[in-house]
Amino acid sequence: MELYTLTIHQAQEKLRYGETTSVELTESVLERIAQVEDKVGAYISVQEDLALQMARFADERRATGEDNPLLGIPLGIKDAIITGGVPTTAGSRILEGYIPPFDAATVARLRQAGAVFIGKTNTDEFTMGGSTEYSAYCLTRNPWDLTRVPGGSSGGSAAAVAADEALGALGTDTGGSIRQPASFCSVVGLKPTYGRVSRYGAIAHGSSLDQIGPLAKDVEDAAILLGGIAGHDPLDATSLNAPVPDYVVEMKRGDGLKGLKVGVPTEYFVEGMEPGVKTAIRAAIDKLADLGAEVVDVSLPHTQYGIAVYYMIVTAEASANLSRYDGVRYGLRQDGVDMWDTFRQTRETGFGPEVKRRIMLGTYALSAGYYDAYYLKAQQVRTLLRRDFEQAFEQVDVMVAPTVPGVAFEIGEKGDDPLQMYLIDVLTVMLNLAGVCGISVPCGFSEGMPVGLQIIGPALGESGILRAAYQYEQVTAWHKQKPGIG
Amino acid sequence: MKYQPIIGMEVHVELSTNSKMFCGCSADFFGVAPNTHVCPVCLGMPGTLPVINQKAVEYTIMTGLALNCQIQPHNVFARKNYFYPDLPKGYQISQYELPLCLNGYVDIETEESDTPKRIRVRRAHLEEDTGKLTHVNNHSLVDLNRAGVPLLEIVTEADIHSADEAYAYVTKLRQLVRYLGVSSGDMEKGAMRCEVNLSLTDPETGEWGTKVEVKNLNSFRSVRNAIAYEIERQTKVLSKGGTIDQVTMGWDENRAITFLQRTKEGDTGYRYFPEPDLPPLDLDPAWIEEIKTGLPELPDAKMARYTGDFELTQKEALVLVEDRSIAEYYESVVAVAGDAKGVTPKLVSNWVSGELFRLLGESGRNIADVEIKPARLVALIELVNANTINQPAAKKVFGVMFKSGRPPQEIVEELGLQQISDEDQLVSIARQVIADHPDPVEQFKAGKETVINFLVGQIMRVTRGKANPQLAEQALRELLQS
Repeated sequence: MELYTLTIHQAQEKLRYGETTSVELTESVLERIAQVEDKVGAYISVQEDLALQMARFADERRATGEDNPLLGIPLGIKDAIITGGVPTTAGSRILEGYIPPFDAATVARLRQAGAVFIGKTNTDEFTMGGSTEYSAYCLTRNPWDLTRVPGGSSGGSAAAVAADEALGALGTDTGGSIRQPASFCSVVGLKPTYGRVSRYGAIAHGSSLDQIGPLAKDVEDAAILLGGIAGHDPLDATSLNAPVPDYVVEMKRGDGLKGLKVGVPTEYFVEGMEPGVKTAIRAAIDKLADLGAEVVDVSLPHTQYGIAVYYMIVTAEASANLSRYDGVRYGLRQDGVDMWDTFRQTRETGFGPEVKRRIMLGTYALSAGYYDAYYLKAQQVRTLLRRDFEQAFEQVDVMVAPTVPGVAFEIGEKGDDPLQMYLIDVLTVMLNLAGVCGISVPCGFSEGMPVGLQIIGPALGESGILRAAYQYEQVTAWHKQKPGIG
Repeated sequence: MKYQPIIGMEVHVELSTNSKMFCGCSADFFGVAPNTHVCPVCLGMPGTLPVINQKAVEYTIMTGLALNCQIQPHNVFARKNYFYPDLPKGYQISQYELPLCLNGYVDIETEESDTPKRIRVRRAHLEEDTGKLTHVNNHSLVDLNRAGVPLLEIVTEADIHSADEAYAYVTKLRQLVRYLGVSSGDMEKGAMRCEVNLSLTDPETGEWGTKVEVKNLNSFRSVRNAIAYEIERQTKVLSKGGTIDQVTMGWDENRAITFLQRTKEGDTGYRYFPEPDLPPLDLDPAWIEEIKTGLPELPDAKMARYTGDFELTQKEALVLVEDRSIAEYYESVVAVAGDAKGVTPKLVSNWVSGELFRLLGESGRNIADVEIKPARLVALIELVNANTINQPAAKKVFGVMFKSGRPPQEIVEELGLQQISDEDQLVSIARQVIADHPDPVEQFKAGKETVINFLVGQIMRVTRGKANPQLAEQALRELLQS
């Protein structure tokens, strides 16, 4: 068996018993990348030498008796997350060649734990997209069908994990950017509660929505990665000061899913959902019931406003977050005839069409005379959406729904229709708006393409969703199926 | 026609915290090599986040309380969006709808009236400063040391009606922030920057004219001069039947004129919205109370106490209160003197605002460096009260004390400045003086009373200033009348 096929917990065992080394593991992953990367295109950049250097250092640390679940594990880092000394582009030309002088808080924690960084995974420009087609650098293909998109914006991370080009990866999720590609690529993706993981070093898209989270080959790996990055950070004023449980221990508690109350939000079984997806989700819900969970219908009555509210808020925040890219201090600079022209030329050249579209939308929503009708109204409705979740979680422990109403679409299929692209997020954005947590786990196939089951938990309810996902995984084999590439 | 000026002021005060508003960088930017007090946060690098400097909030609350404002318990920071090379993030983190301080006032002294005039403060809020641009040839150099330094913006109602009132207002404001120790208040170093909104009202119709903003007021003098100039300019335009445009003017210090900086676009372009990177700041009322309790006594209260308890005149009190460290020194001397020793607050005031101010002025030294311990100044005054030394000798002693801090008794002995109060000795000196100056003696006897001063002066000359002047005069009179 090739080392690159291992999960994190399997690899950890081999490392612990001296059956392999981090260097061997890393070399194996690098070989896999050499085999399949020209087909998949998961990475914007791969730091081979650096990875091997980190692997050697991890092996040295292990030789001194050190051990922890991430020591020596090769990971991919989404290129929208800051890695000190390593180019970080956020998938944008405007940050071409930018080498940040510091680590994101999550990256610093993983570095501290002894993880090995393989490379920077592809993303839609500034994480704005649902297919990774809006990356300025490369096209990422879905390992399950190379003519299809991997989802996005963490499409690079999802594809890398699905294609065994990393043992696990970090992504960012503003409106579904971890869960949706996880669903499309048949991997596990977890969006933590807002504030559970430090945003320091996550290149901002929608600041009140962004969270960094793991993409992994199975639920246990997701739990390990989350444990490695979660926790309070004084550098992020929105990070929560709550203790971090041992998620691996927590998720294995209990007898099956006895005593767990699972809600099915009726509004999430939207019109136009692919029949194959619906079938797979219904079957998954039955499995949860078989495991002892009590399944009831719940209602999230303001769901229909989710997409509108989300795009109002996310574009408004993004329009301000992206103002710093002016060519003065870092990244691309396109000199114009004067200062204003330099700003204009730099941004005109540096940003792609989707980013420009969103800056314009957000700028408009915040403009005097429109603010009350758009941004303020959206914030008010957001409060209602949040309340929907609070009320639902008074009745149930977790909720389940499809992650996406469909499966991965063809490359180029929706690229010309931004509205169609926005609608893919219909079932994922709610969690970001409400600030709660969610996980997508593989739950079957529709017409040969993966389907993801979204398990939703309340704020700081990561242990609960991991438990439901883990128990489900124990009685299914979807996560063990591998795409037939290379 | 005489128009009535209506003036509102916006003053930006740089808070003297150790670190910047949202990161750990040193907030000290004056005279520092460009771009050395910077970090990823204040450079606005991708992925960085702000964290509120609690000291800056405390300083703002202190100032708000001193300005008699209501401190708002629920605070929201907002992003003010605009592009400029000195603004690293492309937005300034400021406060918009929910500022820290609302509805206060400042009382100022004016020439026209004995009662203070009240200037209402509409709001005071906390924000971050921008960097600084230096224009060289055809280029602009960006220095971001100042970017992110905490800045307090204080906005008045349009209650100011003259250049002198504006001057008095900013002077008072500087005094307050210095008393509180929240800012150096040095306009010349940019720690206080003023903007003026000015319009002229037609006295007949009572209609407000068009508001003109004047910026770049970087000294107290320029505040006064720019307003005076702008009032005159607008009066001229209006008198000729012209109209005033809503514009922003700059002040050219060298040419002493205002000039058109830009036509007003309004604040509609700033797209304010709540800063999502910072949760709302909800202040603990107990903390506000604690800050209130810890406030130093402010100038107005001091004035009242000095003119009341200490029985100083308004004028005497004013010079002592002007600077907090002077007032503190003065009060420490008064405290040591106590009630019993005949060293009254008034006598202490004479010494502090007389000799001490004079010597401070001459030496260029600061009150903080003064080595005269309060007890020693009291001892000096007691020596005068006890007639051990006379006033001129006391000044001489004070001069030595100012240089060395030594006890006055020691100096008196060393310089042999003890007053000659021995009556026999003074009588014999007086006798000699009378013998030496027959003409003045004649004049005195003929009724020219003032000549006595000349004769006392002669005794002082002979004793090299050491004679007790009262006793010397007494001895002379007794001899001349016998």
